[in-house]
Amino acid sequence: MTSWATPYIANTEADHQAMLAAIGVASVEELFADIPAEFRIGELGLPPALSEPELVRELSALAARNRPVDGMPCFLGGGAYRHFIPSVVGEVIGRSEFATAYTPYQAEISQGTLQTIFEFQSMTCELTAMDVANAGMYDGASALAEACLMAAAISGRRRIALLSTLHPHYQAVVRTYAFGRGLAVDVMPPDGLALGEEHACLAVQQPNFFGYFLPDAEALARAVHAAGALFIVSADPISLGLFRPPGEYGADVVVGEGQSLGSPLSFGGPYLGLFACRQQYLRQMPGRIVGRTSDAQGRTGYVLTIQTREQHIRRERATSNICTSQQLVALAATVYLAAMGKQGLRQVAELCYHKAHYAAQRIAQLPGYALALSGLFFKEFVVRCPSASGGPSEVNRALLARGIVGGLDVSQYVENGLLLCVTEMNTREEIDRLAEALAGFGGGA
Amino acid sequence: MSGGPRQADIGARLTFDLGKAGRTACSLPPCDVPEADLPPPSLLRRKLNLPELSQVDLVRYFLALSRRNYSVDSGFYPLGSCTMKYNPKVNDKLACLPGFSGLHPLQPLETVQGALALMYNLQRWLVEITGLDAASLAPAAGAQGELTGILMIKAYLAERGEEGRTRVLVPDSAHGTNPATAAMAGFEVVTVASDSQGNTDAQAVASALDDGVAALMLTLPNTLGLFDPNIGRIAEMLHRKGALLYGDGANLNALLGRARFGDMGFDIVHLNMHKTFSTPHGGGGPGSGPVVAKGHLAPYLPTPVVAKEGEGFVLATPERSIGRVGAFYGHFGVLVRAYAYLRTLGAEGLRQVSDNAVINANYVLARLRQAYHLPYDRRCMHEVVFSGSRQRAKGVRTLDIAKRLIDYGFHPPTVYFPLIVDEALMIEPTETESKEALDAFCDALLAIDREAEEEPQVVKEAPHTAPIGRLDEATAARRPVLRWRRGGGSES
Repeated sequence: MTSWATPYIANTEADHQAMLAAIGVASVEELFADIPAEFRIGELGLPPALSEPELVRELSALAARNRPVDGMPCFLGGGAYRHFIPSVVGEVIGRSEFATAYTPYQAEISQGTLQTIFEFQSMTCELTAMDVANAGMYDGASALAEACLMAAAISGRRRIALLSTLHPHYQAVVRTYAFGRGLAVDVMPPDGLALGEEHACLAVQQPNFFGYFLPDAEALARAVHAAGALFIVSADPISLGLFRPPGEYGADVVVGEGQSLGSPLSFGGPYLGLFACRQQYLRQMPGRIVGRTSDAQGRTGYVLTIQTREQHIRRERATSNICTSQQLVALAATVYLAAMGKQGLRQVAELCYHKAHYAAQRIAQLPGYALALSGLFFKEFVVRCPSASGGPSEVNRALLARGIVGGLDVSQYVENGLLLCVTEMNTREEIDRLAEALAGFGGGA
Repeated sequence: MSGGPRQADIGARLTFDLGKAGRTACSLPPCDVPEADLPPPSLLRRKLNLPELSQVDLVRYFLALSRRNYSVDSGFYPLGSCTMKYNPKVNDKLACLPGFSGLHPLQPLETVQGALALMYNLQRWLVEITGLDAASLAPAAGAQGELTGILMIKAYLAERGEEGRTRVLVPDSAHGTNPATAAMAGFEVVTVASDSQGNTDAQAVASALDDGVAALMLTLPNTLGLFDPNIGRIAEMLHRKGALLYGDGANLNALLGRARFGDMGFDIVHLNMHKTFSTPHGGGGPGSGPVVAKGHLAPYLPTPVVAKEGEGFVLATPERSIGRVGAFYGHFGVLVRAYAYLRTLGAEGLRQVSDNAVINANYVLARLRQAYHLPYDRRCMHEVVFSGSRQRAKGVRTLDIAKRLIDYGFHPPTVYFPLIVDEALMIEPTETESKEALDAFCDALLAIDREAEEEPQVVKEAPHTAPIGRLDEATAARRPVLRWRRGGGSES
């Protein structure tokens, strides 16, 4: 053993000697004796260790090679959104009592985590207008995939139907999960719905990948139910501050990406899958669930419950293999929703709506530009770029050169389509700057 | 007296109960654009029942809840199989640098080269640590890493026309995720018994092994904390029959710098960044579960992987990728912390980690073996599994011992797992704990053993000092109350 020291290991050389003596071995090597000699290795080929100041320097240099969107006007969405995060969120999730605990198996010393999960489940139910919610899943896409698997398990049917306006990455994740269970995936255009007796569900996104709401969600729900399938809605939780929740128009399962609720963009993760459903599907739900109960003295407390669905009890017959619940991210969402509250969430949603419509209107008036789609949208919309602009990717490049993060190039779905996102974080001045810059690429065509 | 909600009834009052109409904890800017027309009311939400709290009440509420949690930063947390080591603070701070936390996953690649460089290096280091060939950081957690790995095996076999391999072997000591994963990937699960030494029974593997077997899922060291000396032979047996060896990397903390999965014959493994590489467990996530594979499986890795192109980095899709497992690229914020951890330790430090993890576990074994039954009487690796069978004979169950440990100021170990040990107590001290901490913990367990003899009621009624007593789990499951309702009504 060398005298090399790290701040993360407590034992000293003298401790080692005392401990090895208590164990009854002469050296640490003896403790590794079960590893056959042919598999023992020399030193790993890794870069040399860094002290804390050196580490901070290296990571800061790596961070400096990136251009975070927070420093620029940003109109990029597409499944990850820049929304305001109140300072109280970071303060609460930064508490190491929350951050450095684990799954609350020992309820008596985990009431903090358990009660916040109960809060989270309650808020998710309120937002979506569903009966029950789980403690959280990895992200919106995997929550949707799990919902599709759940529908297949409930119905015994072997095909999953997706509306084509669902985020392409979400479609891809559903395909990956469906491959495991041997389920077929059918993608259907909104105007060509063809549900049959083999379909377990239809999954839609509200608003859809392009930012628009279904023209008649209730009629669609009726059609899905008439086919004996489950209606799964992947909803933007911020939109639910203003718009009617899926539980009110016939959804059986509601999932969504919870990153917007108090978590940074963080290059795509960790995010948060929201998952809620109707009461009758409770025992088929994947994921952790917390319930309220009491101790012998009648004090209210919370425990993990309905665990006979889960892998640690049911093993191969579990509803899912998931163990974690993105707890710290779900806590961020809980604090966010508590901080925003009844008025705040509606205000955020209204700001997004008004600003996005202002931006859409300004851009649509520019020579050569038009809104590519019609209907009701929330905070995202698709602009058709003029052909003289060189297309959306050129437009984005030119915007970046002017210090603006443009939209998402969706030209593979919509001719010359640029998907723009406007949230409460965008000021009028930023939107005007965007419009002025775009005007310059139009070529007056 | 502290302000805020009273400890005694804090569980009965949620944010929904604490507020008052008209209060708010946030401030938002006024609308600086002309307001657009809203759609007809039939498309709008009629009511939104969220809390209405002042900011100070909100902070006090969550602070009060945080005090009702035990965490690694509160004290010793020897939860077996979970590797509850200390989480370095600098790593959290670095992950929050705006240059990392403020990156949109879809922004142009030329603006995220630092992030991609970090991911690229982390992929390389995981390859080096495991002795395998290629990595993807995409899986969100260990369980999703497992699913990813087994789906890759499924795709690989299908491509070779071996769809007839429909079974996956899982030892009886395995984590529940292993069989659940195999089932999720469409395989039939065949349980393989352990032998009297706690190793995988090579004989049982041999007799279960035929042309219908796709893979064996093996945790090494296993959940008994034991390294299986037959690992080379088992890998050979599988490969001779055309089956693959899947590694559950949950216990890598025992092997860092000592042995590598690739050298031992594993075809693919998943790792748990939140265990081995010390990222905070968050009360149950977010974790991160990268998969690392040998060359023949590398083309099936999920998308994306980070590749080098000239001087820059790009996101690439492996040739026969199983596709996406998440909307974006995995838990980047967690990966930054794991990167920082690896940079702090280096090769020598990693070896010190496993040395100390293994010394600590064996020290606990040595100190407790007189009082607690050791079902597999041999040296352990990073964790030790005792049975509470002797105490049970005195009327005290393992659950009671666990609850009594709370009174002594410790988080209990994992209990009743692995399933093959009666009244199991699974203790994983980790390398970050000092001899003094271990001594205090062992003293407590020895004292509880004496209490089981002399005053068993004290143990059976524990905990006595926790904010709340044992909870009625049966009623919780039978009459579930899973959300707040006005007036406190229950479900259904």
